[in-house]
Amino acid sequence: MSNKPISGPHVAATRRVDQIMRLVILALAPATACGVFLFGWPALYLLAVTVLSAMAFEGLCLKMKGVAAMPYLRDGSAIVTGLLVAMTLPPWAPWWIGVVGSALAIVLGKHVYGGLGQNLFNPAMLARVALLISFPIEMTTWANVSPLFTGPGVIDSLAITFSGLENPDAVTGATTLGWVKTEFSQNRLLPGSLIEYSGFLAFLGWERGSLGETSSLLLLAGGIWLMRQGVIKWHIPVSLLFSILLLSTIFHTWDSQHYLGPWVHLNSGAVMLVAFFIATDYVTSPNTPLGQVVFGAGCGLLIFVIRSWGGYPEGTGFAILLMNAVTPLIDHYIRPRIYGRYRNGKPLDISNS
Amino acid sequence: MFALFENPRLRGGIHAEEHKSETSPLSIVTDFPMPKKLYIPVQQHVGKPAEPVVKVGEKVLKGQLLAYSQGTISAPVHAPTSGIIADVKDFPAPHPSALPIRTVVIESDGKEQWAQLIVPEDPFQLEPEEICQRVGAAGVVGLGGAVFPSAVKLSLGRKNKIHTLLINAGECEPYLTCDDRLMQERAEQIVAGIRLMLRGMDAPKAMVGIEDNKPEAFAAMQTAARDFPNIVVAQVPTRYPMGWDRQMLRYLTGQEIPADGRATDIGVVVHNVATAFAVYQAICLGQPLISRVVTVSGAAVAKPRNVEVPIGTLMSEVLAFCGLEKSKMARLVMGGPMMGDALPIAEVPVVKACNGILALSHADIDEPAIQPCIRCSSCVTACPVGLLPLEMASRIKANQLDSAVDLGLKDCISCGSCSYVCPSNIPLVHYFKFASGELVKRQQAEHKAEQTKRLVEDRNNRMERARLEAEAEALRAQEARAARLAAAQQAQAAPAEETV
Repeated sequence: MSNKPISGPHVAATRRVDQIMRLVILALAPATACGVFLFGWPALYLLAVTVLSAMAFEGLCLKMKGVAAMPYLRDGSAIVTGLLVAMTLPPWAPWWIGVVGSALAIVLGKHVYGGLGQNLFNPAMLARVALLISFPIEMTTWANVSPLFTGPGVIDSLAITFSGLENPDAVTGATTLGWVKTEFSQNRLLPGSLIEYSGFLAFLGWERGSLGETSSLLLLAGGIWLMRQGVIKWHIPVSLLFSILLLSTIFHTWDSQHYLGPWVHLNSGAVMLVAFFIATDYVTSPNTPLGQVVFGAGCGLLIFVIRSWGGYPEGTGFAILLMNAVTPLIDHYIRPRIYGRYRNGKPLDISNS
Repeated sequence: MFALFENPRLRGGIHAEEHKSETSPLSIVTDFPMPKKLYIPVQQHVGKPAEPVVKVGEKVLKGQLLAYSQGTISAPVHAPTSGIIADVKDFPAPHPSALPIRTVVIESDGKEQWAQLIVPEDPFQLEPEEICQRVGAAGVVGLGGAVFPSAVKLSLGRKNKIHTLLINAGECEPYLTCDDRLMQERAEQIVAGIRLMLRGMDAPKAMVGIEDNKPEAFAAMQTAARDFPNIVVAQVPTRYPMGWDRQMLRYLTGQEIPADGRATDIGVVVHNVATAFAVYQAICLGQPLISRVVTVSGAAVAKPRNVEVPIGTLMSEVLAFCGLEKSKMARLVMGGPMMGDALPIAEVPVVKACNGILALSHADIDEPAIQPCIRCSSCVTACPVGLLPLEMASRIKANQLDSAVDLGLKDCISCGSCSYVCPSNIPLVHYFKFASGELVKRQQAEHKAEQTKRLVEDRNNRMERARLEAEAEALRAQEARAARLAAAQQAQAAPAEETV
């Protein structure tokens, strides 16, 4: 039964919240599948744990609020959050990391603020950053690429995910960004430290990294598809990627020994995932096109700054959270010009028009 | 797709599901049977209601004046057919409230006998004042739905310096095709109407804006206007609300009307295309506005089409004529589905403002439950005015009306684009209408409070004055008494002295 008052318009577009969420899940599917393929069964288990616990926490929170859980669970927002949390975790992370991540995202990132549409910070990024600070070891243990059927089997993988078996057969190493950071700290210069790096393989996803963020290609494809579907607009992704591109080009040209080039920057870590799927989060990004451009450029700037001069090799999580905090400010100052008025709200002069 | 390079002259808007193909290929039905009874409200325009000049029992001819206009902004109404005045009474109006308004009821005699019509020899030689006067006397009002008396607009144009007459033929509302058909079938008459309007307000050129989803209408109008270089027929993109005159004006000329101004302030007058046809009828044929083309559509109508209907016909009769399937009808709407009004009953008359009668089915209106706002900002993108509907709604919800006004609540045109695109199905327009109503109420309450305060102050002042006067009076009386007493004492004392 509709709870809508009888008032125009008497017709409406047919795209609903749950359809939007479904499209986002579809757009993320290739990159997620790629992650599962590259990192084997443990990745799949972790994914399942994270998504299921996200839904469980969502249901729990709704129950505590005294709201019927089913309509909200069906809207798919909890699944998207769980999925995004999983995609930012090391693929062989133990199960409890996934559960704690989902709890942080859903309870602390979403329902503490009042639920869907009310949160200030992106839940998935909040969870990731909180995990990174709280459990640095688990969050920076990166599995080598070991495609499905070549790595640990179905049963062995259960042990990796659920009983915290560490480091079977020494299959871990650093991510590109982490490696470079360490090399810098030991005063080694760039060209030497990047010998092993293959830009093309990294673009495809053949690289150590979080579960769902290694394949720039598939994330880019998913993101462009989402744009074509009209779910997201170009403003945030383009300005974010462009500002990283610009800054890294400038600094790399100026001092190629100490600054990574644009290709490595755009291709590593969570940049693609963040540009198309996290920074574009409706709830935590500005409302106006211009505001979105400012927001995206700000994210790109912060990512570059944290990566280049900060203490962490990867800066996307922090950058997003910082910009999320600025969103209300951007929305306050950047508003569309109203028809027949100047930007300051004064009516146009009759002589000028 | 990416819309990287949006046309800077085109902002916001939506592409709603059209439903125009049901009626756009079908010719206008002109043989609608004259109903037994017609109900003609005396107010079919903005401004003052007209004043009836006929008495019950009186015989009237088709086109005869029923009620004359009152004041500067008003329009007369005429008899759509010949017959007997059966009643002058209050009758439900085609309005969401269905509140009764003063209505002249005519019982038709079936003879369709015209009153004498005055046709000028050469209409295009008439003086501008004469054109305005005749248009006014024929009861022509804006037929796009706003029903502003056309003669007033023409005179307004004559008083200002007008460089362009903009003919709004956007017809951006889904379902509606009455203007489309009118242009396809009566383009030459429309062009004649436009020429008369140009003459009536002494303007050099006219621009006709037609959405590009009506190629036949565009072609017909272009052909009809080919001999008149001062009438430009232009295509505009199909994007609701293109029929909002300010949007079309901006698209065609790049000009914007200041927020506190009118089109005449920048040298433009906007008229609807159907109005141009009515002007032609009024002057070249001498016929007042007594019928109009109405789109009858919606999934609950078996034979959707455009029908030329006498003003005053009950909508129920029009719907029956077009094969209404009552069980299927979920909502009756007058006008388009975006800005039209839902009517509680079908026993209301067709009026000059009525460009569509839509019998929508449940599938047409599809109403899932309202969900929380996910701040997707689709509404911001869709708003043609440049407002932030989601922000305004959240502030209205928090009862912060003033801050909603700061965001531009008063600039909202209630076009419904935001509600249309909202994935959470939030009735945004409803919020804005509610808030505007609250503001009016608040203003009235403030006004009343002020008045009460003034009255109380006046009363206090009066009381104070009365008190002071009374005191002064008392003082005077006392003094007088004292004086009298003194005099008496003196008088008493004097004889006493004498006696001493």
